[in-house]
Amino acid sequence: MRRLLAVYAGIAYLFLYAPLAVLAVFSFNASKIAVWQGFTLHWYGSVFHNPALLEGTLNSLVIAGAATVISTILGTLAGYAIWKRRMPWLTNSLYLSLLSPEIVTGVSLLAFFAWVFRFGHVQLGMHTVILAHISFSLAYVVLVILARLRTFDPTLEEAGLDLGATEWEVFRRITAPMLLPGIVAAALLCFTVSFDDYVITSLVAGVDSETLPMMVYAMARKGVSPEVNALSVMITVGLGSLILTAGRLERRGR
Amino acid sequence: MRRLSGGKESVRFQILARQFALPSTVTMIALFYVPLLIILAYSLLTRGPYGGVMLPLTLESYRRVFDPLYGQIFWRSIWIAAVSTALCLILAFPLAFYIARSGGRKTLLLNLVMLPFWTSFLIRTYAWMFLLRDTGLINTALLAVHAIREPLPLLFNDGAVILGLVYGYLPFMVLPLYATLEKLDDSLLQAAADLGATPWVAFWRVVIPLSKPGAVAGSLLVFIPCLGAYLTPDLMGGGKTVMIGNLVQNQFTTARDWPFGAAFSLLLMLIVLGTTRVLGKRGEELL
Repeated sequence: MRRLLAVYAGIAYLFLYAPLAVLAVFSFNASKIAVWQGFTLHWYGSVFHNPALLEGTLNSLVIAGAATVISTILGTLAGYAIWKRRMPWLTNSLYLSLLSPEIVTGVSLLAFFAWVFRFGHVQLGMHTVILAHISFSLAYVVLVILARLRTFDPTLEEAGLDLGATEWEVFRRITAPMLLPGIVAAALLCFTVSFDDYVITSLVAGVDSETLPMMVYAMARKGVSPEVNALSVMITVGLGSLILTAGRLERRGR
Repeated sequence: MRRLSGGKESVRFQILARQFALPSTVTMIALFYVPLLIILAYSLLTRGPYGGVMLPLTLESYRRVFDPLYGQIFWRSIWIAAVSTALCLILAFPLAFYIARSGGRKTLLLNLVMLPFWTSFLIRTYAWMFLLRDTGLINTALLAVHAIREPLPLLFNDGAVILGLVYGYLPFMVLPLYATLEKLDDSLLQAAADLGATPWVAFWRVVIPLSKPGAVAGSLLVFIPCLGAYLTPDLMGGGKTVMIGNLVQNQFTTARDWPFGAAFSLLLMLIVLGTTRVLGKRGEELL
């Protein structure tokens, strides 16, 4: 029974990883079709010589960077607040935002921006994408921060108070520094979900704010190409290493 | 033991906590609740001549949501989401059970399940397109060994959509199942064995009933995103498989009938609210 389960688990992991592995292997394929014709790095080179893709990457980095900074600050403060007093309304709102279908979040933000723009001559662009990303990534940050705080010993804060520090000083000089690995982990996670997003982004993006996932999507729709394979491998490796780093930080000091 | 609140001195932090919560509260109101209210308002308005919205107020969009033509899309989405959820449950259970009994490698094995989930959903969908399409790896290989004469229609059908959804959301099922199975006390199984139960009987009558909370939580965590899926049916379903998500997207972009799209989004949101109520507190703990 035990051995049967182990075999099954092996197959399950194969199911999870084989498609990505195959994609990676064929990103080095000299042929454009799914027949192996020899090793090449040509497709990786052509990704780097594609100005549109480079611009998309830059857009994605700016958007994910800005959204991450803001979400991480807001989310860290909110996580701490929820830890101190329960705040059921805020907690439930964050869970709800986490569970609401991406398409609903996307169209409601689109409708919201369209409504706001009636009062001023603003257009969809980087700023609307950044706002949208803050709205869906905030909950992820709070989750990571709360998980971290649950292992935090509040007597350290009491000691600070006894020694005459104000509550703000206690947070600033004791809790926040000790939370730092958790905050960085939350930021990395936030960056990943923001960098990855396609559905919400595509709805609220303007002409000047096409992101990398939007380009991958457009290319995938047109058909499979080894260039997309190479691009996918680079994105997966990049974001995968961020996640692994986040995981290591999350566990450290527990 | 879980420590939910920050210690006995918490009372002194009440004002600070309120200040800290303020920016996120404002953000959630401005970027989550107000947009939903606007969707509600749009769903009650009339479609404008250039795709916008205008008065008068009407329930026309809601009437059309229950039109048989669109009702079919609704039921089809529920069906695809339900089948995907059931398959996830069946596939995840043995895996979660195996991981829960893996001793020191538990965390590593669980993280290996979660890792693909954190990498791009779009790319994971694309990876399956690369395998399944007519000129994809599977068909090319089968043609090369003359196992088939024509490419098998693997992509652009309901089966492909279900495969994509199961692949995408399997980790959501494994995680809560693992959480309940990990807590399962081995002595219960020993007691069952002592009382004469075969391993199979013990499994069916002890393990399965005790893992029910995890199965319920996991099912809802998978069912919700599957029901609202947009990317998977769009890329793997081709033109034939339309789910609620695609319909909503279409109404807001190509068809430009925002009131109708808004009504359908609200319906989707109501289903999500309903299911989270069932999920209740349990969901909070597991997320």
